[in-house]
Amino acid sequence: MRQTEHPGGYRIYVVTWFWLFVITVLEVGIVLVHVPKVLLALSLVTMALMKAALIVAYFMHLRYERLNLIYAVVTPLFLGVILFFALVPDALRTLSLR
Amino acid sequence: MLASDWGGGRSPFGVGWPKLMMWLFLIQDTLTFAGLLTGYGVIRLSLGRWPVQGEVFNLYLVGFMTFILICSSATMAVAVAAARRGEGATVIRFLLLTVLGGLAFLGMQAYEWTHFIGEGARLFTNPWGVPLFSASFFIITGFHGAHVSAGVIYLLSTARRWARGRIQPESVEIAGLYWHFVDLVWVFIFTLLYLL
Repeated sequence: MRQTEHPGGYRIYVVTWFWLFVITVLEVGIVLVHVPKVLLALSLVTMALMKAALIVAYFMHLRYERLNLIYAVVTPLFLGVILFFALVPDALRTLSLR
Repeated sequence: MLASDWGGGRSPFGVGWPKLMMWLFLIQDTLTFAGLLTGYGVIRLSLGRWPVQGEVFNLYLVGFMTFILICSSATMAVAVAAARRGEGATVIRFLLLTVLGGLAFLGMQAYEWTHFIGEGARLFTNPWGVPLFSASFFIITGFHGAHVSAGVIYLLSTARRWARGRIQPESVEIAGLYWHFVDLVWVFIFTLLYLL
């Protein structure tokens, strides 16, 4: 077992919480100021992925687990990405047929 | 280091089986939500028009719900760390705080649903002219809300069993994994359903 305790006790959770809060504020903020749709989508997805990474790495402790558990958890997530990009062409084609 | 990481042996992942099972469950649940959200994305892209969410929902309320869920995830993380250190009373206190956060979230979601239904939204009809708008909203937030409700029950039962000394710190950690996952899914629902 490689259950390394991270340094600083509860501090890491406060720091993680703080960044999650900041990114959430930025997310709402960027919706309220009007930016081009593509830029909005890109920045929102980037911020969502940042939040997800923070939660999984620090709250769910995955950063401190064995490398093969990390791979086992992260690899299937690409299935979700593949699913999305496999279906987008169909969606766009349906749109063009309307 | 690589050799030990891939060395297999009796415990190839370096975690106990209950925790590994929870991770496997969460992976498949992630794919369930990925399916739901992809379906929503495909519907929206193929329709080419969608109601402006900011005019239908109160973004400040939803932002606050997100904040509450983030806070409850932080309190859960503290409860897990306290369990590992054997600080028994802190575990109970922070588990109950987490439950409180979950209940506050569910209360606000109930309010949001009531408001949405009051404006005429039904599962497959709504006044905004895109039937699948309310369908995807109810199905996805409903599915997530069911996860939060299950999480609240799970955490209450964990707190009770911890108070009676029936479980190990690992069980608190596993309950924590589930709770953080609920928060994780909300990150994407919040972004894709409300903001984008």
